[in-house]
This record gives sequence, structure tokens and C-alpha cells, in this order.
Amino acid sequence: MAAPLCLLLTRPRMVWLFALVVSGTAFLTSILLLQQVMVSGTIVYELGGWKAPWGIEYRIDQLSAFLLLIISAVSTVVLLAAHTSIQQEIPASRHRLFYVLYLLSLAGMLGIVATGDAFNVFVFLEISSLSAYALIALGKDRRALWAAYQYLIMGTIGATFILIGIGLMYQMTGTLNMHDLSVRLPAVEHTRTVFTAFAFIIVGVCLKLALFPLHLWLPNAYAYAPSIVTAFFAATATKVAIYLLIRFTFSIFGLSFSFTALPLQILFLVLGLLGVFVASTAAIYQTNVKHLFAYSSIAQVGYMIIGFSMTTATGLMATLLHLFNHALMKSALFLALGAVMYRIGSVQLSQFQGLGRQMPLTMAAIVIGGLSLIGVPLTVGFVSKWYLVLAVIENGWWPVAVLILLASLLAVVYVWRIVEVAYFKPPLAANESVTEAPLSFLVPIWILVVANLYFGIDTRLSIEVAQAAAQSLFGVSP
Amino acid sequence: MLMDHYNYWIVVVLMMTGFYIVIAHGNLIKKIVGLSIFQTSVFIFYISMAKVEGGTAPILEEGIRQYSNPLPHVLILTAIVVGIATTALGLALAVRIKEAYGSIEEEEIQRQDNLDC
Repeated sequence: MAAPLCLLLTRPRMVWLFALVVSGTAFLTSILLLQQVMVSGTIVYELGGWKAPWGIEYRIDQLSAFLLLIISAVSTVVLLAAHTSIQQEIPASRHRLFYVLYLLSLAGMLGIVATGDAFNVFVFLEISSLSAYALIALGKDRRALWAAYQYLIMGTIGATFILIGIGLMYQMTGTLNMHDLSVRLPAVEHTRTVFTAFAFIIVGVCLKLALFPLHLWLPNAYAYAPSIVTAFFAATATKVAIYLLIRFTFSIFGLSFSFTALPLQILFLVLGLLGVFVASTAAIYQTNVKHLFAYSSIAQVGYMIIGFSMTTATGLMATLLHLFNHALMKSALFLALGAVMYRIGSVQLSQFQGLGRQMPLTMAAIVIGGLSLIGVPLTVGFVSKWYLVLAVIENGWWPVAVLILLASLLAVVYVWRIVEVAYFKPPLAANESVTEAPLSFLVPIWILVVANLYFGIDTRLSIEVAQAAAQSLFGVSP
Repeated sequence: MLMDHYNYWIVVVLMMTGFYIVIAHGNLIKKIVGLSIFQTSVFIFYISMAKVEGGTAPILEEGIRQYSNPLPHVLILTAIVVGIATTALGLALAVRIKEAYGSIEEEEIQRQDNLDC
């Protein structure tokens, strides 16, 4: 599914429309795929007609179909606004390149999720990351370059670690197919080689994941990239890394090995909690709103890792739900910031004064997104926090539940800072002429915001899928 | 015993050298050089992993019975390409950083950034 996207990339004209069509098609395909997978189970597609252990296969189960849906949906909605947004932030000569890189990155991410071959994961990972570095470097500010460079170094180290891990696994088992790996690994799982492979892969993925304390590349990369890029990556890039983490620990190495070989459970729990607290606190002190939400992204990754660390079906379900919900809220928030950037040319908090009156719809979107981050009822944030707390209590970890709720209070603080400045301060003289964002921004933003509310009230779809995915993962690994 | 695995020792030495350079050096070009060394060590690791004792290249020819495992070699070709792309992109970024900041020293760039804020 991803491959044709790359082939079609060379068209020079009408790139935006074309990119939109491609992404939309991917979105439709993934809806259909999800339906099919929910009904009939795992789909396997053999690339080039070679049978599985030799050829590369695409293997789509509930989890990957769910992720495909999230990624392609976000990418389509974000692209709707891309045309207007990049006009101001990227020089016209580079517009075409922007879309090429964007689609490549999309293809890479879809590929990671769809593939059933461990080495192919590495290849797609590099496709999406290399285009990500270039996209971030397109940012207007010169600090974008420096951020992209740092991301490049960190990302490459992470990817190389994953490569080493995959190599060690191949050495022990003689296969790269994920399904075969999961069958053959138990036989050799007590060896030091497999142990090392696992450690390398976990560290590599965590670098990509921006799990605290490996998150240093993320805030700058998100803050200085073009707004569209930030909206896209904030909603998808870390999600793909979480998918890899889940895939490697649950499907390939198997639950019993993953959580007995290393003290992963306690490690992830502590790191997740630390991530939530440190990043939320850091978010409170930011003066750049993009920085603020970037730190909050790290905190949200922390929540997902907490859910993951519980290794129960409910915990994993909470993680998957939060993955879905966080994609919705963060893309809405960053798109709204993109609109502000378009009108004011800055996202410094001080520039937000009085915007509540001048750009009421955009600011309302930010407020709803913020409420969702906090986890107020009727928004998606509430649903996933609810399940997360439920899962924690199910495990009997009361202190953790209390800490999660405390951390939500930190979110109240940083969201409130924006609300206060935007609604209760008079507009700046320099910004008097600022009006509401153009329609091409408002439509995608509100699609996402409405989705935020809709999935906060009618939770059947997201929960059903997340539950099915979580259960199938636990079914695979005894 | 130790000398039997000498290419693995080289891999480890190269890997640590490269990793150390990436972390310790402030110069952007040197960082990229370190990164390349780091990646190269992984290439050697894959290649030595696939070598079969007494095997030759995997060619269809009379009399060749035992040959090295070609799959890791093919994989590493892909990885080499990826490595080249990364290095090229990193160097291109370094050039643009030099244009924008007038320096390729990490400390200098950080200092200028701090002034901006």
C-alpha cells in the first residue's frame, strides 16, 4: 500500500491536490482495511509473490490497521490546511519539495506499521526519519536547522541500535519475518545474544519515542519546524515508535520474555511517571507555545508508557486509546497554532494577548484541545485517562493513580496560562488588525476538534478497536 | 579463543570509537564522521556474521558447495545506502548551519541561540 505512493511522487504540478488525493486514498484504504481486519482477522500480503519466510510480507492485524487509520487520517486532515500554511512559512520554490518529503515520510510511517519483516522496519524507519529531518530543517527560524541536526544525530543512533538488535536476532534465529521470529525466539531466549538484541532494540525505540530521559531532541524539533510538519509529526511520529515498542515486546519477543529478562515493568513505570512530571513542569515554564505543547507531548508519551508498563490487557488498551486520542488533540492544537502563526507570525505566549476576541474560533479550538489534554469529561482526553486510571487501580497501584491525577493538574496550569493571556488581556497594539484565520485552516481544525468531542462522547469505535487489538496481542503471546 | 572472533573485536572497537566521537566532540563535521564510523561498525558486524567457515561467494557454478549467507550482505547494502543518505543530509545541514550561524561548533551555536531567546 505504501509503495505506490512513492512511485507517484515525481509529478511536478498540482502537488498539493495530488498529495491530498494520495493521503485521502490511503485514509479510505485504511478504513476499509480496518473493517476487514476486524471482521476476518489478520491479512497477509506477500510482496512480489515470494512466500513469507523468504520474501517480505505486509502483515496487517488489528493493531496495525488501527495505527494505519490514525496516521492516514491525521495526515489527510493536516494536509487540508497545508496549502495555506506553508505559503507563509516556506519559500515558494520549496513547496514542491515539501510535499514530496511529506508524502515520503507518510509512506515510511505507513510502511513501518504495515510490514511484517524486521529489517523492513529499519528501512521504512529511515525513510520516514530522513524525510522528517529535512522537513524540520525547512523551518523559517535558523534554530530549525540546529534542531534538525540534533534530531538527525539522535535519530540515527536510535535507528542504528535497532539495526544491531535486528542483526543479533537474525544471527540467533536465521529469519527476519516477525511471525517466524516469534516462533523461533523462545527456543534461544535464554542466550545472552537475544538478551542483548532486546536491550539494543528497546533503547533504540525509546530514543525514537522521546521517552524521558531520551527526549532532548523533541522540543526544539517540534518548536522550530513549520507548523504543518509539527502538527503531522506530533500526532504520528511518536505513535509509530510506540507501535514498534509494542510490536517488539509483545509480538516478537513475547510477553513472558520481555518482562522477565529486564526489569522493564518497573523501569517503564518510573520513566513514564518521571516523564509526565518533568515534562509537564517544564511545559509550565515555556514562553513559546509550541515549546509548551511539545513538552506536553513528552508528558503524554509518559502516560502511554505507564499504560504499557502494566502489561495487562486493560493497560495496553488504555495506551492504544491514548495513542488515538492524543493524535486527535495534538494535531488539532498544533494546527490551531499554525493558524495563529499564519496571522501573527509568532507563537510566543506574550503575542497571544487578546486573541480570544480576535480569533475566537481558533482560540476556542485551542481551549477544547487543552481541556482534552487535561482530561475533562466529554473530551477524548477523559476517556483515555479514565481507562488508564482504571487499569492502574485494577493492578492495585493506588499511588500511581493518585500521581496520574496530580499530573493532570499540572496540565491545568499550563493550559490555563494560555487561556488567561488570550482571553483576559487586551489585544496588543501591533496585532489590532488581526482577524480570524482563513477557512482553509478553520475547516481542518474544527474537523479535528469535533472528532475530539465526538470520540469523547461516543467511545464505541475507538474502544472496540483498541480492545480487540490489545486482546489479540495478548492472545499471540501466552 | 579471543583471536577467533577478531572481526567482532574490531566491530566493538569501531562502534565505541564512533559513539564516543559523536558524544564528545563539539564540531558538527566530526560528529558526522563519528556517526559514520558507528554505522560502519554495524555493517562489518552483519558481514562477518554471514561468513561461513570455508565458504565462497554465493555463485551458481559447478563445484561450489558451501557459500556464505548472502542475505545479510544484501541487507547491509541497503543499510549502506541509508548510511550514505544520512551522512549526506547531515553534511548538508552542517553547511546550512554554517551559513546561518557562521560556525560549526556546538558551543558557539548554543551561545548564539541563548542570545536570541
